[in-house]
Amino acid sequence: MLVVIAGGLIFGFGLAVSNMARPEVVIDFLQFDDFGLVFVMGGAAVVTGTVFALAEAFGDRAPLTGRDYGRRLKSFDKNVVVGGVVFGAGWGISGICPGAAYASLGVGNYPILIAIGGMFVGAYLQGLWRARRAESAATGTSAD
Amino acid sequence: MSGLTPLLVEGLFPNGIAHYALGGLLIGLGTAVIYLGTGIIAGASTFLESTLSYVSDLPRFNKAKYVASRDWRVVFTLSIVAGAALYTVLFGDGWWVSDVQPWRFAVGGVLVGVGTRIGKGCTSGHGVCGVGSRSRTSLVNVATFMLVAIGVAQLLSALGVSP
Repeated sequence: MLVVIAGGLIFGFGLAVSNMARPEVVIDFLQFDDFGLVFVMGGAAVVTGTVFALAEAFGDRAPLTGRDYGRRLKSFDKNVVVGGVVFGAGWGISGICPGAAYASLGVGNYPILIAIGGMFVGAYLQGLWRARRAESAATGTSAD
Repeated sequence: MSGLTPLLVEGLFPNGIAHYALGGLLIGLGTAVIYLGTGIIAGASTFLESTLSYVSDLPRFNKAKYVASRDWRVVFTLSIVAGAALYTVLFGDGWWVSDVQPWRFAVGGVLVGVGTRIGKGCTSGHGVCGVGSRSRTSLVNVATFMLVAIGVAQLLSALGVSP
């Protein structure tokens, strides 16, 4: 748990340093007014890419959980694209994504609670919709 | 010609690049610390569903991996809030509040909640961890959300929505 706390603190600290916790900065990037965000996502991916590769090559198992350091690749299906479109629309409208939203609260931006609340509503709605769909598929009453 | 490069840099990066790059390295470092210790890829958006398992009995939210990870995901999220607060108190120039219109947070937030969960990840899971792992699934997801977000943001700007 201490590792999670340390990692979360550094993660949130970094989001504040980079100003990505400010929706205005993300919106400026998306409107091509300031391309700095490329360095935020690029810098982060370079570090994780290096560490993941080194751990996989030289590490054995994570000391705290015993999990091995293999690559964890998510499977591809059309949901990856559909989800990307919906998430992209939301990110473009609000300038905020989940991690940055939590950090935004930390820099004092209390109106972001509206966005975090919205994210919970959205996550709940898709869960509900999936449950309904699974139910209708199971009983064979699906219209399509 | 020698005067062109600084002009270009200033045009593309009116606020410089140092704090962006430093922040990015720290975001990556935070993810790396958790991965090295636990072998877990810590994305930020799974917290939304795993936390819903405390209050909803929908099977979707009560998958074993969500119930098993929900406690530390709450701790992870609170630590992100605390890390950002720590920076603001120690090095920031005071608490900061956004001028972005509340409806954008409300509508955008709901879409982000739906989209990250259907698409299996967000800016941290796909954007930072997935791209770092050179996962094709993540690269497709990131390219998709980036293009759509740019289109939507430019459209809103063209319609005169600001901020």
